[in-house]
Amino acid sequence: MANYHKSGNLIMKQFRNSTIHLSLLPMVDFNRFTLSNGLRVLVHEDATTPMAVLNILYDVGARDEDPEKTGFAHLFEHLMFGGSVNIPSYDEPLQRVGGENNAFTSNDITNYYITLPAENLETAFWLESDRMLSLAFSEKSLETQINVVSEEFKQRYLNQPYGDVWLKLRPLAYKTHSYRWATIGKELSHIEDAKMSDVKAFFHKHYNPKNAILVVGGNVKTEDVKKLAEKWFEPIPSGEKYLRNLPQEENQTEARVETVRANVPLNAIYVAFKMPGRLSNDYYAYDLLSDILSGGKSSRLHNSLLKEQQLFSDINAYISSSLDPGLFIVEGKLVEGVSIERAEAAIWAELEKIKTELVAADELTKVKNKVESVLVFSEMNLLDKAMNLAYYELLGDADILNKEAAQYLKVEAEDIKRISKETFEKNSSSTLYYLTDEHA
Amino acid sequence: MLNRTQAPDFKQVSTINFIQPEKTFLDNDIAVFTTYSGEQDLVRIEFIFNNVNWNPDKPLQAIAVSAMLNNGTKKFSSKEIAENIDFYGAFFQTEYGQDQSTVTLYSLNKHLASVLPIVKDVLSDSQFPQKELDIYIQNQKQKLQVNLQKNDILSRKEFSHALFGDTAYGVDIQLKHYDAVKRDDLLDYFKAAYQPDNCTIIVAGKFNEESFSLLNAQFGKNWEKSEAVKNNFSFEPSKRTEVYKEKSESLQSAIRIGQLAVNRKHEDFAGLQILNCVLGGYFGSRLMNNIREDKGYTYGIGSGIVSLKNAGYFFIATEVGTDVCSAALTEIYKEINLLKNELVEEEELELVRNYMLGSMLGSLENVFSHADKFKNIYFAGLDYSYYENYINKVKTISAEEIRNLANKYLKTETFTEVIVGRK
Repeated sequence: MANYHKSGNLIMKQFRNSTIHLSLLPMVDFNRFTLSNGLRVLVHEDATTPMAVLNILYDVGARDEDPEKTGFAHLFEHLMFGGSVNIPSYDEPLQRVGGENNAFTSNDITNYYITLPAENLETAFWLESDRMLSLAFSEKSLETQINVVSEEFKQRYLNQPYGDVWLKLRPLAYKTHSYRWATIGKELSHIEDAKMSDVKAFFHKHYNPKNAILVVGGNVKTEDVKKLAEKWFEPIPSGEKYLRNLPQEENQTEARVETVRANVPLNAIYVAFKMPGRLSNDYYAYDLLSDILSGGKSSRLHNSLLKEQQLFSDINAYISSSLDPGLFIVEGKLVEGVSIERAEAAIWAELEKIKTELVAADELTKVKNKVESVLVFSEMNLLDKAMNLAYYELLGDADILNKEAAQYLKVEAEDIKRISKETFEKNSSSTLYYLTDEHA
Repeated sequence: MLNRTQAPDFKQVSTINFIQPEKTFLDNDIAVFTTYSGEQDLVRIEFIFNNVNWNPDKPLQAIAVSAMLNNGTKKFSSKEIAENIDFYGAFFQTEYGQDQSTVTLYSLNKHLASVLPIVKDVLSDSQFPQKELDIYIQNQKQKLQVNLQKNDILSRKEFSHALFGDTAYGVDIQLKHYDAVKRDDLLDYFKAAYQPDNCTIIVAGKFNEESFSLLNAQFGKNWEKSEAVKNNFSFEPSKRTEVYKEKSESLQSAIRIGQLAVNRKHEDFAGLQILNCVLGGYFGSRLMNNIREDKGYTYGIGSGIVSLKNAGYFFIATEVGTDVCSAALTEIYKEINLLKNELVEEEELELVRNYMLGSMLGSLENVFSHADKFKNIYFAGLDYSYYENYINKVKTISAEEIRNLANKYLKTETFTEVIVGRK
C-alpha cells in the first residue's frame, strides 16, 4: 500500500534519535563545502548500500507564517510537487529511474528527500535543483492541493477522537510566539483562502540557496557530488537570506486551564510546561528527564500511574524538541470511573517527587544506556543519517551530531532535579481537560 | 549551456543481491537462520512461533499471550523484567501476526550475555499474573473504545470479517471478548505455542560463534517441548457483499473494497503485485493520480495485495470527504474497469518496472531487511528462486498479461465493499 506523502507534520521526537556517542561507536563522517551562491552541501559516503539519498532542508516552518495565513508552509510543501519551471512532473521522472521521495513540514523546518539507486543520482539533482530555481505555479495544482490538504486536515485532526488536541493545546501554551498554531494551520479557511500571489511570495522569501542545506549520502563520492552540485545548483541565484525575527513568548506566571467536551469515550488530560529550545545546554537533561518519566515499561509514570495506582490506561511524557523554547508534555487517558482531580493530583505527585528527590544512579545509567542503543541502531538507516546531518547543520554544525553523546553522558542527577524544579510549576503550566460528553 | 528540460541519462537496476542466511541448529533442534553483518556492534534476534490451536470461542488467546509475555515469571515481576531489559539498553518487543507471533530482542553485542537469560525466562516461564491480566483487559478495552470511533479501523474490521469470518484472519474483536479472557486459557496457549518444537530463530547483525554459544546455552536446553496443531483455514470464494455503517457526524468516509486473491505461493502472485502497483501501489499510481492529484477527494488512496499462509487478498482503501464519497467510488470502479478493458501503455509499464526494481533494491537497506526478505519466503515455504522469478516478472511482464490478471482477479461483481461514514 502506498505511503501517503507530500504531507504531514513532523512527529514529535522524530529528531530525538541524536543521542549518545561513546568513543567506540562509529561516527557519521561527512565532507562539507559551500557553493558560490551560498548553498551548503554535505556528503556522507557509505559504500555498504547501492542506494543514494538526496535530502534538502529549507529553513522555514509553520513558525514563519503570517498569523492570518496559517498552515501555509505545509500547503506550500505540497505545491513543491506540482511541477517546476522546466519539468512539468516531479514524481514521474523520479519513479522512472527507480526512485522514491517524501517530505514533511514541522513548526521549524521543511524537509524533502529522495532515495534512488546511486547510479541514477543525477536525476535527483536535476529535479531538486529545478524546483529550487522556480516552480511552475500551476493554478490547477494549487486548487487540487487545497482540497488534498483540507482532506488531510479532516483525516488527521477533525475526524479522529482527540485529533484536535494540538489545535487546542498550542494556543493555550503559547500566547505570543508563532508556535501557537499547528503546522496544519489554525483553521480550514486559512488553507481554503490561499492565493497564487501568496505562493509566489512565499517561494521567493524562503526557497533559495541561502536558506537551504543539501545533504547527499550513500554510495557516492564527494568529488562526484561536488561536480553535480556545481552543475545543477550553482547557477541558481543566491536570493536573500531570510532573517527571522519572531516575537518571543513572555514568561508565564499563571496556571492556564481549558476544558473541552467532545464525543470521545474516555476522559483525558494534557499538561504542557515550558522548556528551553533545542540549542540550550539543558536540552539533553530534559530529554533524559522525559525518558525517566515515560521511556518504556520500566519508567516511573507507567509503573506508578498505570500499573500500581491504575489511574490511567495510557500515560506519556515527551518533549517537543523545537528550536525556540518548547514544551514538556505529560498526557494520559483516564481509567473509567477515576476522577480527573485524582488523576491530575497523581501526575503532580510524581512531578513533585522528581523535583525533590535525586534520581538514583542506576535509573540515570539506564536511560543513558538506552540512548546509546538508539544511536547505534539509528546508524543502520541511511536516510536518518542524511536527515540528521542536515538538521544539525541547521543547528550550527553537522558535527554536533557526533558530539551529542558526550552531552548526554555529562547529565547528572542534580541536573535532573534542577530542571524539574524550574519546569514543573503550576504557574507555568497549561492544562487541557479533554472530557467525554457523557461525563459532562 | 545547461539544458534543464532534458532528463539526465539513467539505468534500470540490473542486479539485486540477496544475502542468504546460514542455517544452524541449537542442541534441541531449533533452527537458527543467521544473516551476518559486522558493520555495527548490535544484533536482532527474533523468536518466531506459529499460531496454533485456533478456537473461535477464545479469539484473544494468542493475542493476549503475545501482549502479556513480559508481565511476570516465577523469578521476575513485570517491573523487574522491564528494568533489566532497559538497563542494558535493549529492546524487547512482542508482536502478534496473523500467522505467527514474534518475540524480538534488539541488543548491543556487549550486553547480549546479560539480556538473553531474561528473554529465556520470559519465553519458558511466563505466568500471566491475574493482577497484570486485569490491568491489561481494562486498558485494552479502553483502547478498543477509542478505536471503535475511527472510521478507518471500523472499515478494516468489517472488511476482514466479511472475507474471513470467525477465523484468526477475520474475527471481529469486541469488548465482550476481553471480558471473557481467562488466565488458564493464556497458560494453556503459552505452553502449546511457546516451545522449541514450534520455534524458529532468525538472527541478524554481528553474531559470531561466541554469540551462538550464548544463545544455545539458554535456548538449546531446559525448555520443555509440547504439542500443538498449527492453524489452518480454508475459505469460500468471495461473493458480492456491501456493508454500510452510517456515522452521521463524520466529515470523512472510510472506504475499503476488495476480495480474496492468491498468496505468494501462487504463480500469479508476482504479476498481481505489478497490476496492484499500477492501480494503487505507489504515489504515481492511477488511483492516486485520479482521486488525489486530479480530483483532490482525499489525502491518500492506495491498494495492496496481502499474502497470508492460508489465503491472499486484494484491497483498496481510502478516506474521502463525505460529500464526494459516491463520486470517489465511481472513479475507483472506473480505474478498475480501465485495467480490465485496455492495455497499459508501454511508457507507463516501463516506469512501473523501473520503480519496482528500484524499490526492491532500496528495501534491502541493511542486514535486518535481508533477514526480513528471508522470512517472507521461508514462512511461505518458498526459496530464493521466488525473488528471481519476481524480478524476472517485473522486467518482462506484458500489457496483455496485466489485462488478463485484472480480469481474473479484479472481479467487481464479487467484491466486498465497506463504507463507514456517510455516502
